[in-house]
Amino acid sequence: MKYIDEYRDGEAAQQYLTAIKAITTRPWTIMEVCGGQTHAIVRFGIADLLPDDIHLVHGPGCPVCVTPLEMIDKAIAISSLPDVIFCSFGDMLRVPGSAQDLQSVRAQGGDVRYIYSPLDCLKIARDNPDKHIVFFAVGFETTAPGNAMLVYQAAQEGLNNLSVLVSHVLVPPAIQTIISSPQSRVQGFLAAGHVCAIMGTQEYTPLAHQYQVPIVVTGFEPLDILQGLYMCIKQLEEGRCQVENQYARVVTEQGNTAAQNLIAQVFRITSRKWRGIGDIPQSGLSLSPQYAGFDAEQRFGMAADTPVEEPEECISGLILQGLKKPKQCTAFGKACTPEHPLGATMVSGEGTCAAYFKYST
Amino acid sequence: MCLAIPGEILSTRGDTALERTGIIRFGSITKAANIALVPEATIGDYVLVHAGIAISIVQPEEAKQLFDFLDNINLDATKKTESSGDTES
Repeated sequence: MKYIDEYRDGEAAQQYLTAIKAITTRPWTIMEVCGGQTHAIVRFGIADLLPDDIHLVHGPGCPVCVTPLEMIDKAIAISSLPDVIFCSFGDMLRVPGSAQDLQSVRAQGGDVRYIYSPLDCLKIARDNPDKHIVFFAVGFETTAPGNAMLVYQAAQEGLNNLSVLVSHVLVPPAIQTIISSPQSRVQGFLAAGHVCAIMGTQEYTPLAHQYQVPIVVTGFEPLDILQGLYMCIKQLEEGRCQVENQYARVVTEQGNTAAQNLIAQVFRITSRKWRGIGDIPQSGLSLSPQYAGFDAEQRFGMAADTPVEEPEECISGLILQGLKKPKQCTAFGKACTPEHPLGATMVSGEGTCAAYFKYST
Repeated sequence: MCLAIPGEILSTRGDTALERTGIIRFGSITKAANIALVPEATIGDYVLVHAGIAISIVQPEEAKQLFDFLDNINLDATKKTESSGDTES
């Protein structure tokens, strides 16, 4: 496929690896932020091909992983109600709540559907006027415009039988949390290319300046990641701390302003709990007052959170912050597997532990 | 979850701005996607589609930069090798 196959060329990859080796003079620790990048790094064995001095740590960029257990439990409670059609992206269905997952609700007769696009919910709402349609609106900035468009169009059409369970999170506050931690070893970041396709590179300039850390906006194919690493290492070796754009074929400085305007109209910024990390101020989105009528938590009386304890053995919080790797966990591959995940980083295929389990065991 | 795939716009339709839809070819698969958020996209453009919604137009000139960048690295390396060879001789 055009714009995919050429970025998997083995000869060019070898040349980038040679170039990375040539400029590396000392150890560096670099975090790739997005779960899609983690997946590519593990799938293509990139970490094993790099010089020993380059240490990759994996970031919190998997929205499925960081959706709090309390929110999964709310989704399960709503989807179990009669006359509800609960719609979700497929990867949320097998994430375990404190007692069961959405797939189990479906097996017990609940009308739980996985959809390709949030806009699919509009047709389901039109076709089922006697049912209430709830969409599980999770994701980062990449997914926010589509979810905003669903709510906007539902309002335009006057579809009163549709609401959204919102658990949106934002990347820059998570990077800030990681980099400002005294335990952090991260010296450079590969920022998430598709998040930046929406928000632009501009959001990261203050972070690079404040924390004196290079940030390279990077794509998802093997050559993208290798070029992003080269650019990041080059900055580190030269003592520079700038925002650079490896993924310029898709990302601009300003981002997609039409998408940003739609997000700003439908959502407002709020604090969110991240599974494995905890509360991060101003790190998420919830519906703006104008669209509060589409809030499933309000509609079904589930605004209050019932705190749920995570298994003590699980170290996913440390993995999400780049402080530990999956194989340092005593439960990895034993008590914790993709079929029976204990924590955030094993629950989704994009999670760091799930990627290691799939490609390294 | 942030997976997005590049595809070519074959045709467009839609009465209102937010319902603008493109028929997009992804390799051997053809599928409809909302293209309202890339209003300047036209037939023949490649767009990046995430969850049924185009979020960006792929810029053909920028798509080459990864390889131009590599050529420049290789050129610099060759010059350095030649220059160190000159010094030795």
